[in-house]
Amino acid sequence: MTTWPILSVVTFLPVIGALAIYITRGDDEAARRNARWIALWTTLVTFAVSLILVWRFDASSADFQFVEKASWLASGITYHMGVDGISLPFVILTTALMPFCIIASWKSVTVRVREYMMAFLLLETLMVGTFSALDLVLFYLFFEGGLIPMFLIIGVWGGPRRVYASFKFFLYTLLGSVLMLLAIMALYWNAGTTDIPTLMQTAVPRSLQTWAWLAFFASFAVKMPMWPVHTWLPDAHVEAPTAGSVILAAILLKMGGYGFLRFSLPMFPLASHDFAPLIFSLSVIAIVYTSLVALMQEDVKKLIAYSSVAHMGFVTMGIFAGTTQGIAGGVFQMVSHGIVSGALFLCVGIVYDRMHTREIAAYGGLVNRMPLYAMVFMVFTMANVGLPGTSGFVGEFMTLLGTFKVSIPTATFATLGVILSAAYALWLYRKVVFGALTKPSLASIKDLTPRECLTLFPLVALTILFGVYPKPVLDMSAASVQQLVNNYNAAVTAVKAAALVVQ
Amino acid sequence: MVQAIVFLPLLGAILAGLIALVGAHARNPSGDEVKHHDHGHHDQGLGDHAHAAVAHDDHGHDDHHVSEPPAQGSRAAELITTGLLFVSAALSWVVLVNVGFLHQDARIALFPWINSGDLQVSWALRVDTLTAVMLVVVNTISSLVHLYSIGYMDEDPHRPRFFAYLSLFTFAMLMLVTADNLVQLFFGWEGVGLASYLLIGFWYQKPSANAAAIKAFIVNRVGDFGFALGIFAVFMLLNTTDFETIFAGAQGLTGKTINFFGWHADALTLICLLLFMGAMGKSAQFLLHTWLPDAMEGPTPVSALIHAATMVTAGVFMVARLSPLFELAPNAQAVVMFFGATTAFFAATVGLVQNDIKRIVAYSTCSQLGYMFVAMGAGAYSVGMFHLFTHAFFKALLFLGSGSVIYAMHHEQDIRNMGGLKDKIPYTYAVMVIGTLALTGFPLTAGYFSKDAIIESAYVSHNPLAYYGFAMTVVAAGLTSFYSWRLIFKTFHGEPHDQHHYEAAHESPMWMLVPIGILAAGSILAGFPFKEVFAGHGVEEFFRDSLKMHPNIIEEMHHISPGIAFLPTVMMVVGFLVSWLFYIRRPYIPVQLASEHPMLYQFLLNKWYFDELYELIFVRPAKWIGYQLWKKGDGFVIDGFGPDGVSARVLDVTRNVVKIQTGYLYHYAFAMLIGVAGLITWFMFGLGAQ
Repeated sequence: MTTWPILSVVTFLPVIGALAIYITRGDDEAARRNARWIALWTTLVTFAVSLILVWRFDASSADFQFVEKASWLASGITYHMGVDGISLPFVILTTALMPFCIIASWKSVTVRVREYMMAFLLLETLMVGTFSALDLVLFYLFFEGGLIPMFLIIGVWGGPRRVYASFKFFLYTLLGSVLMLLAIMALYWNAGTTDIPTLMQTAVPRSLQTWAWLAFFASFAVKMPMWPVHTWLPDAHVEAPTAGSVILAAILLKMGGYGFLRFSLPMFPLASHDFAPLIFSLSVIAIVYTSLVALMQEDVKKLIAYSSVAHMGFVTMGIFAGTTQGIAGGVFQMVSHGIVSGALFLCVGIVYDRMHTREIAAYGGLVNRMPLYAMVFMVFTMANVGLPGTSGFVGEFMTLLGTFKVSIPTATFATLGVILSAAYALWLYRKVVFGALTKPSLASIKDLTPRECLTLFPLVALTILFGVYPKPVLDMSAASVQQLVNNYNAAVTAVKAAALVVQ
Repeated sequence: MVQAIVFLPLLGAILAGLIALVGAHARNPSGDEVKHHDHGHHDQGLGDHAHAAVAHDDHGHDDHHVSEPPAQGSRAAELITTGLLFVSAALSWVVLVNVGFLHQDARIALFPWINSGDLQVSWALRVDTLTAVMLVVVNTISSLVHLYSIGYMDEDPHRPRFFAYLSLFTFAMLMLVTADNLVQLFFGWEGVGLASYLLIGFWYQKPSANAAAIKAFIVNRVGDFGFALGIFAVFMLLNTTDFETIFAGAQGLTGKTINFFGWHADALTLICLLLFMGAMGKSAQFLLHTWLPDAMEGPTPVSALIHAATMVTAGVFMVARLSPLFELAPNAQAVVMFFGATTAFFAATVGLVQNDIKRIVAYSTCSQLGYMFVAMGAGAYSVGMFHLFTHAFFKALLFLGSGSVIYAMHHEQDIRNMGGLKDKIPYTYAVMVIGTLALTGFPLTAGYFSKDAIIESAYVSHNPLAYYGFAMTVVAAGLTSFYSWRLIFKTFHGEPHDQHHYEAAHESPMWMLVPIGILAAGSILAGFPFKEVFAGHGVEEFFRDSLKMHPNIIEEMHHISPGIAFLPTVMMVVGFLVSWLFYIRRPYIPVQLASEHPMLYQFLLNKWYFDELYELIFVRPAKWIGYQLWKKGDGFVIDGFGPDGVSARVLDVTRNVVKIQTGYLYHYAFAMLIGVAGLITWFMFGLGAQ
């Protein structure tokens, strides 16, 4: 369909940008400025090229598109790239959010600017690669490689406890990934290939399904993060610089959900079905538990981090419900959360840049001096609460609707999150934005600058657009989701039928 | 035309919102550097400005009339929103005639919303008689409240924002009443919740207003929890959220059950109860009512529009809209009747002793909503809608009249500090009396027709709780009359209690008096002309398919014995006489009563202690659990036994290893020797044993 390897171009353009920054040596003001501009232009061009993917994507087909395949390592391991309706939204989400991250770091990062920008560009390549790799080994490389720049971003440009946070983040995720590597090897021995589309067609023996599912689960559950392996996230968020938090919440977390959709469900349907009750329990605990914890936080970023865990609970619940609405809702919820949580962290970054504190108690009454900020923050708070008309509602609603069919208790307890999210989000808004502005330190705080408006207004528009008209995202993923659901149901019913025959 | 009715308020909201934002931005400069106070000396101008800002905000703290200059473009925002609302209101009446009398129902599809597999939800505007009645109520009251607010809010510096919120609310309410499916209903439902939250917290510098706003939103969310589950259950059984398809399929659901936490519930009953939970939240019914009195923190026009005439009636509308479902679930109807009757009585008892003029009217609203639900439970949906219709006029009138009193008294709301105002503000006095007559059901006023019809419908209904509903509403009628006249007597009659405020009291500007006058006319005229179509022989003809009435209930109401039909009027007169005795003839009696029954008085004054109870069983435990989960769950258990624990153990081990590494060669040699000895021993005995 395409004449040039468009997916590889999108994936590796940022690396070229990083190389360009590397070439411009020096650490004076000019070099910093160059690094910023190169990074911005690279991300913008990458985004523009990725839009061609959207334009040429055939949403009616569930197949992988823009496929590139070249022999690479030993037999069976190839350089295989391609996207379908489940991965394309995440590719676009990544390329779309990167320019915002660069702009958000424009002034707040002043040390090692070149290295910072290079880390971000490298991270973009690895993230896009993760979502478009169609070979397990390739996927693993991208997936794990993403850890390194993020580790550096938190560890070098982070807050006071950055070393603790970055190691916690690194070790947690690495531990899960090692298990995944074992499972990848097992799959290779089983099928003789690491080609993902082939593996999706190959039936995996039931015993191997269980173990491989658990191994993949270990990795993705940490990434997601699911309760009880979520505690790295609040620390990582608190210490990460603003743009790092944005990427972490908006994209890195989505890799877990994407992994469930790409591997666990299609390759191990029986194990997924067997373990669904476990996932349901963990998801519901995540939603209720972390919402309650969020209620008591004293740090703005921690509160939003905990709310992210709760929102990801809806995603895992929806995915393993195995229904069309559940899975489509999961995909949508991830995209929506990418926009909303990213924007919320940008909002926190804006006041952090001014006041250099994340203590909720240090704020109050910002609306008196920052009306634009108050408006923008309100929109994202409401999206976080899941108000209909914002994108947050669509995903939550669909996942709950899809789960209710499968498990009424799960959906019922998860719906409690609707009450709790209102409690913590509105409480935060009240403490930070409403009230009289009495704190002397805030007296001369100023409203959004044009640069900050540039990062936030497009996200406001997207939040409302996708809330009222989510069709673009839902349609993009519909065919692939439907195929996934059909295959999953076919596998599960086949086993049930067989079990009946045995009886 | 319907599109214009619904989207003109949205247009107004957007325009006024832009005016508000641009104006606010012009007054608050951009910038990402903060000049702290200690730096202020470098820049004298900026430093001074900062000090000025602090001082001024301290002033603004306790008084919501901030000495800020009014926002630019306030008048433009007012005129745009009010003008558009009047257009909408005029068109609504046209639609009512077209739909109700000329039978031109409409369904206008706009564009798809959430489509995924079986789930097909679209934005659509559905107009049948039920909707048309709501359009008239919402737009008429809203346009009058807009007009009134121009006068009432004239000292407020944030008027563009206020009018943007008001119009946004109207838009959300219109989306709610024109919804064609449950999800769009939910959109409007939460949309009005958002507007209510924003308007209650409009004076954001007041901590009490912020608290009330959050409380309103969260209590409503508790109701919405049930509403959402109801939608899920409907979708699970019928694979649709469209009203038409649901009603068509509902008959087939009779006898089906859902396993809900081990309880094999009748599907229709469960669905209706879950959806009714949403209605209880929005319409402030018993147990979920606590937010409504607190919502009086918002500006008075907001109370009139949202917390009396329109939003709080959304629950009633929802039950009416879903009448084909409720008619198939008699057990759910019994629950509706129970909560309606209980609320009618409960709120009336609390209203007896309140002293804040707005809170009295708020409890009265709560109680009247209970009446409407009694009619819904009886299956007399059109009668409930009748009361919704008339109540909108006289309750909006009472609120706006109270607003006029408050305005006259310079934001004094306590009726103990009023008295004798009838000579100072005779116009306001006159309209308040009209509103009170209508509320208490004085013959030939609007409330008389609708309220008596509800009590009759409860009496003849086949609901198992029919007599409970009847008894409670009759008693509440007496209580209503008592507290309503108490308000009038304490406010307008007797001796002034606050000479300073009394002297300064003055009649409100025309902006306010005209809307109240129109509402006063409505409070009298909304009853008789509409009696036939809401509670008479014209019901079938007027509502057609939009409501599914309980068969024959209207007919049976007409054959009720005159003694029963006369009972509410007797109660009304008794309530009036007692009130007159207590507050005009012998004012020492209530004081004496309160001191003789302190328990009862405190119980009522503290609203049956619901706030304290909820604080004790919900709020505090949630906070405590949250804190424990955070510190103990995340901190101690997960991190302690997880990453922190592991790393601490690793550190311990390395530290000990470091201790061993002394650097002396013979230590190492000795260690090696022991090791070798150990190995040899193990080999010799281990292998030897084999």
